[in-house]
Amino acid sequence: MPVKYLEIRWHGRAGQGAKSAAQMLAESALEQGKFVQAFPEYGAERTGAPMKAFTRIGDQPVLVRAVIENPDVVVVIDDTLLSPTIVEGLDEKNGLLLVNTVRDFDWIRGRTGYKGKICKVAATDIALQEIGRGVPNTVMLGALVKAVGVVPLEAIEKRIEKMFLGKFGKEIVEANKRALKRGYEEVECGEV
Amino acid sequence: MLTNIDLKKAQAVTGAEAVANAMRQIEPHVVAAYPITPQTPIVEYFAKFVADGVVRTEMIPVESEHSAMSAVVGAASAGARAMTATSANGLALMHEIVYIAASLRLPIVMPVVNRALSGPINIHCDHSDAMAERDSGWIQLYAESNQEAYDLTILAVKLAENENVRLPVMVNLDGFIISHGVEPVEFLPDEKVKEFIGELKPVYPLLDTEHPVTYGPLDLYDYYFEHKRQQIEAMRYARKVFPKVAEEFYAISGRKYDFVEPYRMEDAEYVMVALGSTNSTIKYVVDWMREEGHKVGLLKIWMFRPFPKEQVQQYLNGRKAVVVLDRSTSFGAEAPLYEAVKSALYEASARPQMGSYVYGLGGRDILPEHIRQAFEDAIEGNLLADEQRYLGLRE
Repeated sequence: MPVKYLEIRWHGRAGQGAKSAAQMLAESALEQGKFVQAFPEYGAERTGAPMKAFTRIGDQPVLVRAVIENPDVVVVIDDTLLSPTIVEGLDEKNGLLLVNTVRDFDWIRGRTGYKGKICKVAATDIALQEIGRGVPNTVMLGALVKAVGVVPLEAIEKRIEKMFLGKFGKEIVEANKRALKRGYEEVECGEV
Repeated sequence: MLTNIDLKKAQAVTGAEAVANAMRQIEPHVVAAYPITPQTPIVEYFAKFVADGVVRTEMIPVESEHSAMSAVVGAASAGARAMTATSANGLALMHEIVYIAASLRLPIVMPVVNRALSGPINIHCDHSDAMAERDSGWIQLYAESNQEAYDLTILAVKLAENENVRLPVMVNLDGFIISHGVEPVEFLPDEKVKEFIGELKPVYPLLDTEHPVTYGPLDLYDYYFEHKRQQIEAMRYARKVFPKVAEEFYAISGRKYDFVEPYRMEDAEYVMVALGSTNSTIKYVVDWMREEGHKVGLLKIWMFRPFPKEQVQQYLNGRKAVVVLDRSTSFGAEAPLYEAVKSALYEASARPQMGSYVYGLGGRDILPEHIRQAFEDAIEGNLLADEQRYLGLRE
């Protein structure tokens, strides 16, 4: 068997912060002593265009540089992207589909045909309420941490402080930490 | 070389940020650059260092890459430590002056973020840009990882400026895969880098007005040939000096560079040879196939120019088969790395079977399964030295 990493594939629209979320997760995992890799897939770079980002986390150096074809987790930051192709390669037995949506589980299943475990959170609403902008990536990170337990919530909080404090100030840091925490608390997972 | 990184000291950064940080520590006197995807973030990060007063570098925002290379040639001739960075069409636009930089023996260091040359327009990784400059007289190094892109940028300065070398160096890093990918990088302390590279000792600087010199005069059939002969000799010296520079870098970093990196080669019968970031995925496949009992290995090429013929012979002589992966093609001839490896093995006493595989043009992804397929061809004895095959291509 080839070496196994935790592989997360992010789907979003350019501008929604999928790339930053993939990177922040990698940075947090590195601080937890893990080997990490994160990279985006670029097409034509324009805001709103569908894009993917990838995070690999391992106990050994991450060697594979190919895109993730068989993810352990698929994170969908924009529910208008949901389709059967979005869950391609995602195992129905052990995989996890995490979606930013206000809709119900049946709707997600209907759009994707995915029969495995699904978690969802109204990340855009939470981001609007807490940050005042519809950038749902920190909420999704909170939800992901709860659903997968890849790193402790505090590791992401620390990362947010490091990344945003100098650049945006205390208010933005606190808003993002609230958004992160609400993602963690409000994510719901359906029965398979 | 991803394995000996101390995670406690590492930061998760992109390759572009790592290279820009190396440039901050090198603090060249002059940087002239023109932005082009995917080199852009290197220049952005560095321009910020300049704007914030973190470095004292004179940054020249130019109107084209031709001007960027011309400006660093001017600066280096004047006696300055000068750098630029580019990609693909930017490098192609520089070409005329790239050749001149080497001819004038100017120790310029240039990270090249490898990207496919047009046309059609493509922003993603392949090595067609660097291979088009293969014979320009520059030393070419190829990085497998973000850490290597950082390390080799620093190491390149010392190699370029060695008094017996005095040649420009291209540090190649794969576009997006390395430049925009995030992974752990261990940075050296600023003072260690500064101490390692030392002060530039200018050779015949234009600004030494007490000893006036001429750069780039007319040089016809009377002396041009002799000057080319000197460049050829300088490349020979680069081969001699590189191990010494690598040793000194090892002393400050604990990371050992060489012409090539052998990976699980002790008893390997089937060996792959490649440049750049794909070596990581090949290592993954080697580990996977080794676990199943296949005697596979990898010979990573760190230095492509001058070509480490001796090391290639030493490591590949007597193996059952050698598979060479090229991320570029030479239309109507063998792919550049394959051609070089095959030529090196002409004199081998026990020549291996050989196979040429072109992959990843225009950023086409290379999957572990593709690499495995090429290894399996080798194991089955299904290689033809005169046949160019393709990985991940729709026929």
